[in-house]
Amino acid sequence: MSGGALEDTQRAIERVARESYGRLVAYLSAHTRDVAASEDALSEALLAALRAWPRDGLPQNPEAWLLTAARRSFIDLIRHQRVVSESEPTLLLLREDSTEMNLATDFPDERLKLLFVCAHPAIDPAMHTPLMLQTVLGLDAGRIAGAFLVSPKTMGQRLVRAKTKIRHAGIQFEIPDKRELPDRFEAVLEAIYAGFGIGWDDMAGIDQRGRELTEEAIWLARVLLELIPDEPEARGLLALMLYCEARRSARRGADREYIPLSEQDTKQWCFALIDEAEQHLAAAFHFGRPGRFQLEAAIQSAHAERARSGRTDWVAISAFYQQLIRISPTLGRRTGYAAALAEANGPQAALAVLNAIESDAVSSYQPYWAVRAHLLQQLGKTSEASDAYDRAIGLAEDPAVREFLLKRRK
Amino acid sequence: MQFALLIYESREGFAMRNSDGTDSYTGAWRAYHRSMVEAGIYVGGDPLQVPETGTTVRIKDGKRHVQDGPYADTKENLGGFAILEVPSLDIALDWAARCPAASIGAVEVRPLATATKHRVVA
Repeated sequence: MSGGALEDTQRAIERVARESYGRLVAYLSAHTRDVAASEDALSEALLAALRAWPRDGLPQNPEAWLLTAARRSFIDLIRHQRVVSESEPTLLLLREDSTEMNLATDFPDERLKLLFVCAHPAIDPAMHTPLMLQTVLGLDAGRIAGAFLVSPKTMGQRLVRAKTKIRHAGIQFEIPDKRELPDRFEAVLEAIYAGFGIGWDDMAGIDQRGRELTEEAIWLARVLLELIPDEPEARGLLALMLYCEARRSARRGADREYIPLSEQDTKQWCFALIDEAEQHLAAAFHFGRPGRFQLEAAIQSAHAERARSGRTDWVAISAFYQQLIRISPTLGRRTGYAAALAEANGPQAALAVLNAIESDAVSSYQPYWAVRAHLLQQLGKTSEASDAYDRAIGLAEDPAVREFLLKRRK
Repeated sequence: MQFALLIYESREGFAMRNSDGTDSYTGAWRAYHRSMVEAGIYVGGDPLQVPETGTTVRIKDGKRHVQDGPYADTKENLGGFAILEVPSLDIALDWAARCPAASIGAVEVRPLATATKHRVVA
């Protein structure tokens, strides 16, 4: 085989692995309830593909090939472990489908069930996102660890523990019933959004940890929407992330300096992403069931409007924040509301909103101090502003944000 | 739990200190220190003089061996430390990430060996 063809095969394997990983893990896990073993089996199958495909050429249905190979290595794996009594039902489960599996051109997509398992209330909420990234998208522990600011070893151990819990706690691979569904669904959306990076809706901060994961989170949201197209909040979440992603390159200047949203050059925004976001948001609102993610996307839509009209409707943004606060008054929302109110009604009213937040809650919350400093400076309270800037600078993780605030402080 | 932030600085980090305190690196450090104090987690800490000022002592065969320079002369050297009282490693890591040296050098987070200390001082 020539070098070019070899590369083609290599790329084909990567593509199939990328696109089919979650579907295959979900299918195997749903039948065996053993996520870790399913992943191991699939890794084996991918290794086998790397050996066989360059030699024999691409199979007609690469996904089915991988599934058959994974199933075989799963059975080997179980035999190897010699836990016969425990594994017998698993083997039966796998054998049951053997006829279907031989054809396996379109085996059922179990990824939604897998997403619900990953965000199950019995699993530590901090592990919901890492589990999804690994099982549905196939990211390795090292990459996930980097984004979550823990060591690869620690992340690896936590993932193993979570998967053991799934197996031993008997968490079911099924769509939750009507009574549980709203909460369980919320947890899935939350976990996807957490992957996108908490810092995106902050006023001054960019969360470095989240950045490299934004595309993965958008991918997850697309998978989710493909699985349940009639859920407006899933659409709202995707719209929200697309609006933010559209502004990615405008967030830094020529010297990598930080540029706040209100000063970004709108010509640098990606309008293809904004248009897609608008379509999703409009489709979501059509259901007449507003929710947290649709409201947050609506705020971003108002910001995006500046590219067309040259102005930002801060009154509308304040109103969206008020609705969000009514759902749940988080620190981020109250801070965001204050920042929007400052633009709509002036700094004095906004400062009153910040002053109402209990001081214990904000001692290490950076955006609060950044907004507070900005408001105090506008009010001419120079010395108080300088104190608040110090707090905002000291709590900033991003050197560019730190530099930006140091300049503002002067 | 108490954690030490062991702050490793590059040559350029150390070089940035030779100023009148109006530079942005010093400004960032001032703000960082203040944030830790205001958050009520700061136990103590200090910057160290540049690595060249270090002197390393060993006793070999009963004899003093005194060596000019730091214990390990690497690309990044220990430039200071801070002791924090925080509920968990994750929160200690958050603070390490905010350290101005983290973006140009490295910050190692290590729990203090409280039990060992008790055995020693008892």
